[in-house]
Amino acid sequence: MSQSQKTTAAHRAAMAGAKPMIECRQVQKYYGDYHALRGIDLTIRAGEFFSLLGPSGCGKTTLLRTIAGFEDISSGVVLIDGQDMEGVPANRRPTNMVFQSYAIFPHLTVAENVGFGLRRDPRSKAEKAAAVEEALAMVGLKGYGARASHALSGGQRQRVALARALILKPKVLLLDEPLSALDRKMREQMQVELIKLQRQVGITFVLVTHDQEEALVMSDRIAVMFEGQIAQLDGPEALYARPTSRRVANFIGVMNFLPTRVLGETLSGVEVEVPGLGRVEIPAANVSHADPGDDGPSVGFRPEAVSLVSAGAPGQARVAEGVVDEVVYYGDMTYYDVRLDGSAGFDGQARPVRIAMRNVFGREVQDVGTRANVSWSPGSLVLFR
Amino acid sequence: MKGGGLRAYAIAYLLFLYAPILLLPVFAFNSGTIIAFPLKEFTTQWFAQMAENASLRRALLNSLTIAVCSSVFATCLGIFAARASTRFAFPAKGPIMGLIMLPLVLPEIIVSISLLVVLLSVGVKLSILTVMLGHTLICMPYATVILSTAFNSLDRSLEEAAYDLGETRWSAFRLVILPLVMPGIISSLLMSFTISLDEFIIAFFLAGNEPTLPTYIFSQLRFPKQIPMIMALGTVLVVMSILLLSVAEYFRRRGIAKTGAKDTGGFL
Amino acid sequence: MASGNRSQAAQGLGLIAPPLGYAVLVLAAPLLTILAYSFFKDGYLTVIREFTLENYRAVWSDPIFHKIMLRSLGVAALVTLVTVVLAFPVAYFLSFAVDPRKKSMWLFLITIPFWTSYLIRVFLWKVILGYNGVINSGLKSLGIIEQPLTFILYNVNSMVLTLAHAYAPFAILPIFIALEKIDRSLLEAGRDLGESRAMTFWRVTLPLAMPGVVAAALIVFIPTIGDYVTPALIGGGKIPMIANMIQSQMLDQDNRPMGSALAVTAMLIVALLSLVFVALNRRFLKVRQ
Repeated sequence: MSQSQKTTAAHRAAMAGAKPMIECRQVQKYYGDYHALRGIDLTIRAGEFFSLLGPSGCGKTTLLRTIAGFEDISSGVVLIDGQDMEGVPANRRPTNMVFQSYAIFPHLTVAENVGFGLRRDPRSKAEKAAAVEEALAMVGLKGYGARASHALSGGQRQRVALARALILKPKVLLLDEPLSALDRKMREQMQVELIKLQRQVGITFVLVTHDQEEALVMSDRIAVMFEGQIAQLDGPEALYARPTSRRVANFIGVMNFLPTRVLGETLSGVEVEVPGLGRVEIPAANVSHADPGDDGPSVGFRPEAVSLVSAGAPGQARVAEGVVDEVVYYGDMTYYDVRLDGSAGFDGQARPVRIAMRNVFGREVQDVGTRANVSWSPGSLVLFR
Repeated sequence: MKGGGLRAYAIAYLLFLYAPILLLPVFAFNSGTIIAFPLKEFTTQWFAQMAENASLRRALLNSLTIAVCSSVFATCLGIFAARASTRFAFPAKGPIMGLIMLPLVLPEIIVSISLLVVLLSVGVKLSILTVMLGHTLICMPYATVILSTAFNSLDRSLEEAAYDLGETRWSAFRLVILPLVMPGIISSLLMSFTISLDEFIIAFFLAGNEPTLPTYIFSQLRFPKQIPMIMALGTVLVVMSILLLSVAEYFRRRGIAKTGAKDTGGFL
Repeated sequence: MASGNRSQAAQGLGLIAPPLGYAVLVLAAPLLTILAYSFFKDGYLTVIREFTLENYRAVWSDPIFHKIMLRSLGVAALVTLVTVVLAFPVAYFLSFAVDPRKKSMWLFLITIPFWTSYLIRVFLWKVILGYNGVINSGLKSLGIIEQPLTFILYNVNSMVLTLAHAYAPFAILPIFIALEKIDRSLLEAGRDLGESRAMTFWRVTLPLAMPGVVAAALIVFIPTIGDYVTPALIGGGKIPMIANMIQSQMLDQDNRPMGSALAVTAMLIVALLSLVFVALNRRFLKVRQ
């Protein structure tokens, strides 16, 4: 299949123009008084690897189960491949699900599990057996058919669950925290395999996860959800580099925030004054109007968007000076908390910023208390106003 | 060995629990007509006498009929109750389940007398049917408890997975849930059967003139010369009970192993 | 699941309807009938449907009722005490000393006697304890005693012994479950904080096991007080308990309102005592859940 050979970037470019596969319009869901989904508007494109990301209780699983047909919606519309799903039960929707617990039937063999959904299929027994064998081969479990399912490892269960869902050739595959039960090594391996598999079968994948790294690694696009609403919907890079709210920024990795005074709009952005950094012009693309928070406007930057440089190093855009407050050594990385000179700010409160440095050969780890220069550029700042 | 003193105590306690039962076969095979030491000769005449006794056969037949029907009814009702309580939230769940479980703590004398009063005032003739009515009631909580464990150890997404893969609600139940709780169902049937077979008070009050095994035994206890035969009958009953319970326990454990759940202990 | 629009509640109620209906018909309705009867007048062989408190007045002023009720309570309390005290070490042994793989085997062994013919077990005690019973004839044939021992026969002692034997497994299970729930690191923490093994047991294990002990006490007390077979067989019918009295009023004397009032009164007393018992335990032990 030529599709499987595509790079991630090329895949995403192709996806941008694809037709919509799932459309949610003003989807609301109540459990009694509890408002689980508060007006979800969402379009997931055909062939896309899409993730719903958020903390537990944010409604991501509810939304997934709504698409699967396990939950009724209180109001709104869910379309799959252009068809209204109102009143269509889960067993008649063109979706299949990989459950968090995998839900492997313990009384059936691996092959019986994978072939479970083919019971009503008019094909002959031999053809069905061949289909099961093919599905097992696809997930790397060739020859496992006769095994008892309760003897499988976590990773193998996951593969059986995938094969069982994919054998029915659904239009959409729904994955509910599929990797959360695996250990770290296995999880990372399965992430890569899932991407490959998705490219190979070309089916729309919708993944629910609370793990931001997992979402960033696997997805074409990610919807970040809080309290039953979508806070931001973007590609991984945009989501990480330009979060539209402090909450999204905090949920996806670490971000430093410094209180800021807005001086005025310019042609290409907003001019601000940041204690410790001075006057900066933030590019318009990096300005978020969504969530100023209680603390007033602030600028944020990722720990790895700035770097610690030796004094007087040439060619850097801007340099701020400060004192190393804290050093945390991680092996591949070192985290420094640096108190920038003059960063006490408008309220007189010192706010050390966290800086992440890769420990490359020849670079020494700095000590607490040493003077340090921090190199940064306006393009790596995000303004929340 | 851990807990030496405690272990000795526990074994002594077990002996105390089993002591009366262990005496049964001793006197069942003893030719003396009085249940007392010293023992006389070995004999199987009491068993032979038991086999020839016509009213005993009638009591046995009645008891078996009642036990089979009651265990089936109780298990069916228990399936409904267990499924509802483990899977759904509904109004007044606590009080409803409380009422269903009430016979567990209510003295049987209250259950049987109150039922008897109602049956008599409605004009129902007492028979083995009325005993079944009472036995189904007292077996239902046990069935519900056993089946709840079986239903509870099931991952709810198993059922959803079957549904998601194109089965209907009923076929998902038949293809996935039923096979997985089958050991629980068998265990519940055997348990209810044992309870019904041994039950005395309800049978005593509700059977009218029909004898069941326990009421037959009770009626014979007044006649000293029948005692050795009763010992033989008791031996048979105890052996049967232990057999049935062992099979029930086997199925209960197999059910737990099948669903991959952790064993949390015995009955109740 | 969203097939159709039936809600959780409706499905749950639909499923629970058959067992609920059965319990209402065969249990709740008869109990309510008894309650109603207890306020009716007794005509000879019939019941006059006329409200009266006379039955209750008669029950409460009847010295025989007082005597029998007190005896029932006494026997049940004694049985409860004996069973729980005897059962606790066994439950403790099961929970703390037995290899986890062998626990269910032990539990099975302990529960088996409970499920084997109650009537025959009670009768066996009569055989064991009787005038020419196993103990007396055994001791006599060994030449230890000349005359049969009479203190074990047809009295309250023998009833307590029989009932304690009958309800033993019921006491072990709740205590065992409570002990199993105790986080073992709590005991290590107790030892770590400088307490001896005995004091750790006293200050940590026992308070945490108390809910199980309370449950065990109730689960033994309630059915014991309503026991019918033991007084009939062991007591030789001469020392009746409340169940025998109810039966005699209801059937032998055919005074249903009176019998009903007796039953209701007895149930109320037991329920009240149980509630007080639970409340006292909560109050003094401050152990909840």
